[in-house]
Amino acid sequence: MVPAWFDAVFVSILNGAAIGCLLFILAVGLSLVFGMMDVLNLAHGAIFLAGAYIGWWVGGQSPTWAGFLVAIGIATLFGVVSGGALSAVTEPLRNRSHLDQALLTLGIALVLAELLALAFGSDVRSVGAPPGLNGAVTILGNAYPTYRLALIGVGVVLAVALWLLVSRTMVGAIIRGTVNDREMISAIGIDERKVKLAVFAVGSALAAVAGVLGGPIYGAAPGLDATVLILALVVVVIGGLGSVRGALVGALVIGQIESLGRALFADATSFILFGSLALVLVLRPRGLFAAPGVAAR
Amino acid sequence: MTVSLTCRGLSRDFGALRAVDDVDLYVGPGSRHALIGPNGAGKSTLMSLVTGALSASSGTVRLGDTDITRVPEARRARLGISQTMQHASLFPSMTVAENVLLAVQRHGRISPLPRRHPEYTARVGELLARTGLDGRDDVGVSGLSHGERKQLELAVALAGDPRLLLLLDEPAAGMSPAESARLVRLIEELPDEVTVLFIEHDLDLVFALATEVTVLHLGRVLLSGTPDEVRASEAVQQAYLGAGRTEELFWSEKAEA
Amino acid sequence: MTSFTRWLVPLGVAIALAAVPLFLAPYATTTMTRILVFGLLAASLALLVGITGLPSLGHAAYFGVGAYAGGWFAANVSAQAPLSLLVAAVAGGIAAAATGWVAVRSSGVFFLVLTLAIGEIVHQVVESWESVTGGSNGLYGIPATTVGGAPVDDVAPLYWFVLLAFGVGFAALWLVARSPFGRALRGIHDNESRMRALGYPTSLYKYAVFVIAGTVAGLAGGLLAAQQRLVTPEDLGFTTAALALLAVIIGGAGSLWGACVGAALVIVVRDALGPTLDGHGPLLLGVVFILVVYLMPRGVAGIRLRRRPAEPDVAEPEPVPSGGVRR
Repeated sequence: MVPAWFDAVFVSILNGAAIGCLLFILAVGLSLVFGMMDVLNLAHGAIFLAGAYIGWWVGGQSPTWAGFLVAIGIATLFGVVSGGALSAVTEPLRNRSHLDQALLTLGIALVLAELLALAFGSDVRSVGAPPGLNGAVTILGNAYPTYRLALIGVGVVLAVALWLLVSRTMVGAIIRGTVNDREMISAIGIDERKVKLAVFAVGSALAAVAGVLGGPIYGAAPGLDATVLILALVVVVIGGLGSVRGALVGALVIGQIESLGRALFADATSFILFGSLALVLVLRPRGLFAAPGVAAR
Repeated sequence: MTVSLTCRGLSRDFGALRAVDDVDLYVGPGSRHALIGPNGAGKSTLMSLVTGALSASSGTVRLGDTDITRVPEARRARLGISQTMQHASLFPSMTVAENVLLAVQRHGRISPLPRRHPEYTARVGELLARTGLDGRDDVGVSGLSHGERKQLELAVALAGDPRLLLLLDEPAAGMSPAESARLVRLIEELPDEVTVLFIEHDLDLVFALATEVTVLHLGRVLLSGTPDEVRASEAVQQAYLGAGRTEELFWSEKAEA
Repeated sequence: MTSFTRWLVPLGVAIALAAVPLFLAPYATTTMTRILVFGLLAASLALLVGITGLPSLGHAAYFGVGAYAGGWFAANVSAQAPLSLLVAAVAGGIAAAATGWVAVRSSGVFFLVLTLAIGEIVHQVVESWESVTGGSNGLYGIPATTVGGAPVDDVAPLYWFVLLAFGVGFAALWLVARSPFGRALRGIHDNESRMRALGYPTSLYKYAVFVIAGTVAGLAGGLLAAQQRLVTPEDLGFTTAALALLAVIIGGAGSLWGACVGAALVIVVRDALGPTLDGHGPLLLGVVFILVVYLMPRGVAGIRLRRRPAEPDVAEPEPVPSGGVRR
């Protein structure tokens, strides 16, 4: 006989894992842009929100698989294009301070978020899960939304794929090398601007896709961009800049804090979030999995 | 009060690289001690372990009788360790006088209220005169020549009446012969209570100034002794070139780098 | 400049400011009051950003904490004149002391992220702690501040009251910036590792200035509560922090006066254009940010390079001593 609290905690842990997987998809792009290119991209949350609205607009109101997949396709395209644009507009600021880059991307984030608000209004747009995933399954006697389980699955697949990419391929070697020492890419004859463009495009595409995937959980509403941006930044700082492994661990930890915290101590979640951030930074000032070279910046 | 500096078994690792490897170094009270060796020998890392800019992986650093291995950099400075840093590390938005004033005022109470300190102004003037920068008080750092920057660097380092003065940045490098001569005179004129440890590539300068010389090679102490002993040492010559002039040896790795 | 003319300009400005309600319409005077409140916030941020080189994205948190503390105190304990302002300043200082020690341990891009996170988290706390803060409705019903038993609720007396407190707060910032401590802060801005080597415990200095700036921001928050008689989560939100930063940047880095001028511009533009933009002020704000970054590189870059350009030929301080590890 399992006690009643176990069910609540169990569901909360599953929720935390689902949120964690979503955060991972969102944060890994931010972490790579941050760690490889040394740019703090505050527009990352707005791109997530744009993805969420794309999901709602294309297929969210009457969910079909076709609509869902088309939405992911459009979001990917949108992410790639906007990432490319972000890479281009931050290029003139290459030798300026972090603050300048942050202010520019902040300005872009504000404009993008307001344009979305103008286009879609201020109501919360809830998005349905595609057919087949919109029901619930029973696990250990608890009914649990199928979509969230599928999201955990997607997160695991993506984590494994990215891990293989980073640790086993040439591209991964370039990524790791760049995080350690940004001069390296130009030293081995690769155009740094192209790498930056690619990193921005992939990172933003992941953010926009995360927006579509997160639709059935968070919906789409003004203000969501800031919420997810903060969560993603906390994930990146806890995990360490430019570390895929760090982004995964950080996302899973923050996912659990968000979910368990909200279930057990609703008012104190923010304190717990800040507390864990502070604790990690006191013990490991550069994050849990910081690449050694990042410490020098 | 004159102090000595003693390093015992001092090591520092960067990942797999051991930049300073089990170094024993004794700098006697009031001595003029030169640290020489090719680039990559670990001189700067060793200096950073003494100043506290880096922490030691193992071993101890003692200033006189005080173990300072775990003492933070700022407190070491207040114990009397002063340094010139690499690349003439100054305060670029300030004037020459303000640069020195920042170092001078640290020895009083750092008040959160503005107040006049005529004694600070006098001290700044005296330091600038000593380092040959008189009349340049209100010039910005960007308006200084390379040599003048090094003079200013020295004025900043001397401001604290150091007990142990560390000259990290090959004090004479890039100086004109006249500037270099003034530098030698300045170091010679330092009171005997000041213990000096310096890095220098110019061997003429080393042998003119130093009472003791330590040769570092690949992070280890190759030899420590008087200038004559070092000059005569077969080991030093062998270790570098096999033979030939010592002077070339000290430059050889720089050419590679 | 002789010491006479040096005092003449601030004196003239002070007299002109004091005379404002005599010449301006009540509406314009209220705008001036708002400018003073926001100007004090911007000046306290300028001490951090421009003088010490700590670019905080979360400074509005301490402003908001001061506003809520001052407003709550006035509503529940006493609205007697300086008390609620003192409570506000102390609350801002305590909040900065409680959160700042994490932020000042970091540097560069980490500092940006941490202050942003602190600001957002304080914002969330205020929204969820409804029993004290009124949640997203805000804290309302704050009584007018009383001086000697008489409520300060007319436009002109309220303006003078705010001006007086502004003067105290601004003078505190100005004294700190001009003191040996302030010179050390500029040294940290220029070259932190050299300051450490000179024997300054730089983390402690950064912590101290963070708390000082938080205290003055808290005072400004107390003035906000006294003026608006309403405090909402918006007041400590990210938009407020971003606007304060904008004021500092427009004002030219490192200048406390400039930050106040920047604050005046920001408030005038916001108040003038706000109603016509139908709640889409952030759109304008975003455009302004983009323009300022591109068109005013000196204004922004000046945050790093005050007064004189840094010499181009001197390398950045080496992060790792070269002797051991350079290839």
